[in-house]
Amino acid sequence: MAIESPKIMGYGTSPKRKEDPRFLHGKGTYVDDIKLPGMLHMDIVRSPYAHAKITNINIEPALETPGVLAVITGKDLDAAGLAWMPTLMSDTQMVLPVEKVVYQSQEVAAVIATDRYTAADGVMAVEVDYEPLPAVVDPFKALEKDSPLVRPDKGKDTNHIWHWEAGDKDATDKVFADADIVVEEDLYIPRIHVASIETCGCVASYDAVNGKLTIWMTTQAPHAIRTVFSLVSGIPEHKIRVISPDIGGGFGGKVPVYPGYVIAVVASLKTGRPVKWIEDRSENLQADSFARDYHITAQLAADKDGRIRGMKVKTLADHGAADAAANPSKFPAGLFSICTGSYDLEAAHVEVDAVYTTKPPGGVAYRCSFRVTEAVHTIERMVDRLAVELDRDPADLRYQNFIPKENFPYKSPTGWEYDSGDYKQALDVALERIGYEDLRKEQAEKRARGELMGIGISTFTEIVGAGPSNTFDILGIKMFDSAEIRIHPTGSAIVRIGVQTQGQGHETTFAQIVAEELGLPVDNITVEHGDTDTAPYGLGTYASRSTPTAGAATAVAARKIREKAKHIAAHLLECNPDDLEWKDYKFSVKGVPDRSKTMQEIAFAAYTNHPQGMEAGLEAVNYYDPPNLTFPFGAYVCVVDIDPGTGVVKIRRFVAIDDCGTVINPMIVEGQIHGGLTMGMAPSLFEEIPYDENGNNMAGTFMDYLLPTSLETPNWETGNTVTPSPHHPFGAKGVGESPTVGAPPAIVNAVVDALSHLGVKHVDIPMTPWKIHKLITDAQATTA
Amino acid sequence: MSKVPVSMTINGETYSGDVEPRMLLVHFIREVAGLTGTHIGCDTTSCGACTIQLDGMPIKSCTMFAVQANGHSLKTVEGLATGAEMHPIQEGFMVNHGLQCGYCTPGMMMTSLALLAENPNPSELEIRTAISGNLCRCTGYVNIVRSIQYAADKMREPELAAAGQGD
Ligand code: FES
Ligand code: FES
Repeated sequence: MAIESPKIMGYGTSPKRKEDPRFLHGKGTYVDDIKLPGMLHMDIVRSPYAHAKITNINIEPALETPGVLAVITGKDLDAAGLAWMPTLMSDTQMVLPVEKVVYQSQEVAAVIATDRYTAADGVMAVEVDYEPLPAVVDPFKALEKDSPLVRPDKGKDTNHIWHWEAGDKDATDKVFADADIVVEEDLYIPRIHVASIETCGCVASYDAVNGKLTIWMTTQAPHAIRTVFSLVSGIPEHKIRVISPDIGGGFGGKVPVYPGYVIAVVASLKTGRPVKWIEDRSENLQADSFARDYHITAQLAADKDGRIRGMKVKTLADHGAADAAANPSKFPAGLFSICTGSYDLEAAHVEVDAVYTTKPPGGVAYRCSFRVTEAVHTIERMVDRLAVELDRDPADLRYQNFIPKENFPYKSPTGWEYDSGDYKQALDVALERIGYEDLRKEQAEKRARGELMGIGISTFTEIVGAGPSNTFDILGIKMFDSAEIRIHPTGSAIVRIGVQTQGQGHETTFAQIVAEELGLPVDNITVEHGDTDTAPYGLGTYASRSTPTAGAATAVAARKIREKAKHIAAHLLECNPDDLEWKDYKFSVKGVPDRSKTMQEIAFAAYTNHPQGMEAGLEAVNYYDPPNLTFPFGAYVCVVDIDPGTGVVKIRRFVAIDDCGTVINPMIVEGQIHGGLTMGMAPSLFEEIPYDENGNNMAGTFMDYLLPTSLETPNWETGNTVTPSPHHPFGAKGVGESPTVGAPPAIVNAVVDALSHLGVKHVDIPMTPWKIHKLITDAQATTA
Repeated sequence: MSKVPVSMTINGETYSGDVEPRMLLVHFIREVAGLTGTHIGCDTTSCGACTIQLDGMPIKSCTMFAVQANGHSLKTVEGLATGAEMHPIQEGFMVNHGLQCGYCTPGMMMTSLALLAENPNPSELEIRTAISGNLCRCTGYVNIVRSIQYAADKMREPELAAAGQGD
């Protein structure tokens, strides 16, 4: 029987994932699976108060607990200059407090013990005396003159952190002055938490003999962590190894450095033994970086015929006790200025003010490229708001205002250059798929019968793939990304990349890039990532940047290899390299297709029979600096039914048409979209972390912070159009976050549409049964 | 704290140890038996990442003490496959892209195993109801439902084939 040769499986094919067998057999290695000889466990004492002075910490009872080896407090760290650490936004954050705590569940001390149970006993035994201070919960009140100061260490007499703006104020004022109509709405995008099913943690192991520190860590950006740790601790960078092993979901929550990581490192240095720290779910929800918390006031100016002309946005960003956002340095409000969306506006002006409150620091993304969700929510809600005001169909109003596809590359009024787009086509496909006309008829019939049904649309534009190094950096490190490829003599390969997977399937998709570019079977390509001792330097995986940056680097490195391979092929075929063409995954002499060499043959020759004067081997490295960002887009349509008796919103159908340019693996892209839509639905209907007036976290467990289960999640209907990015080596744009960004306004628009005849014009998320039921009964009371 | 001896069978092998009575079963499985395929996502019975089978019943192993499992027979994700050959449930997840980060997956598969033992041909709603105590943050569940349907079909193949021959 002939053995079938393994298939290439390049772009547009769906090989099964290479990472799956180890996960399916229970053989993954997540941080908590790591067990080292002599390993100790760390647990953390946390503050019950949102704001309080620490008057005394008595560690003696803890030290008397059998099995407790050490207790670390802010004073110990202060002596070593480590009580404070820098955030990614050039702010500072306490590792452990010396004087006061500024949010509930803040780390106060750490106990190191022989096992996790004893460490927890030690935590119970530490005695901390607090003198409560008034909590600063409402960000608007935080700006008032007499508000208590959250951060007196800043030397300012206000909780205001920064002001930022984009766009042209004068031009926008002018447009607003002569527009026919202006609509305005207040939108609150609440505090939410990524709540990956694996919490955060690390194992820090300092080897005093070799002077080497190894940290296994739930991080989305191991190299950046290594550099920051080296700069802060003074340990030479080559003596630090950060390993990001299998990660149980990231979604932005594993970008920041949390105090627990730093304390575990100190604990390992102090005890000379490996120290493991794994937070529990409540610590994760109560102390780790949050997302969103934007109080937005938005205005749209339009002509009465429906032409949208201008946009004004003012936002108050509640950052909690430190600006610990994970944004590129020059973008304190992230990419929020993408808020003019898919529409061709004359002018726009966007302002954001940030403020300190006594809540955990943030904000990170929640599966979103730096505040793009907030931006998309704003514009997509406002377009619907305008449609209601003008009594126009929301699809129709969108068609009228789309940036036409001939206008790309398109310069937005806030300064972005959109690479490519065909918004009309995406919306055509989505409306057709869902049967829009029929649904509108059904809705009219139902409404006549008193039933509540709504249809919501979102036609969003994303901005991902950070980013071009002239403007994008994290703590000064430019946001390029990297790949290194080595072809072995027998034609198999190893690829190492600067980005890191938390479930996105890089071990498969990056192998497919090399397979496509070099004509090697995907099965023969291994992808490695996440270990700073072996992987090339990169900035990590978040903001849908892996494919736009490291994916591009992989393709460019592969093309360098192909160029060298061409010369080897010419040597083997005894012809001029210019006479060769790359076709059907091999080099053949132009016009003589059977005189050809496969990459496998060439690879063998690279080590056994390479041309005189040429270096042996076949490998390449690329550090890719993207010329621009990429702008994926999509058209989503959502149909909801609302039970007037309970206020429960049920998503009956949801059609998502995405355009992320060239698709590497359709199966993985579909999976990303399913997951992203679910994380778009979650804050729309269920998730929020509210605080009471004393700064107590009201959703600090999975009993109160409601993740969608299989029962609430609908059968997502997906589809795509393909508009390649003109500047990416193979036209890809990135996809992981589009659905999280695009889904919420579609759902809100559907709910508002279902209730609009009752006079409802806007609903803030999460649209809980209680909130919706109240809207319905209030409306009935007014009409009665 | 004083320790007590416990012994249990996991995937057909006996594991014994002296443990504190307060030790959670999931910690016994992961740290004493060294079977780290069973995960912890909350330790408050909310997420299902720690789901295993105890005497054939699916349980959340973060919500039971190791001493309570003394003398019982357990099955974890490591006991699903026969060597490298996957169980139909594992195959279903692989073929249908029913996992992304893989963290919820062992618990999800152990719940599915119990469902299919009880109800070999479940409807979509029955599948969704059965796994509603297992949270997944990555996949949106659609492909997990497909994975379990695939496994159900595959596990019923012999039975269906026999029924087909009888015609
Ligand atoms: S860890 Fe047991 S249910 Fe979450
Ligand atoms: S695959 Fe990541 S939590 Fe389910």
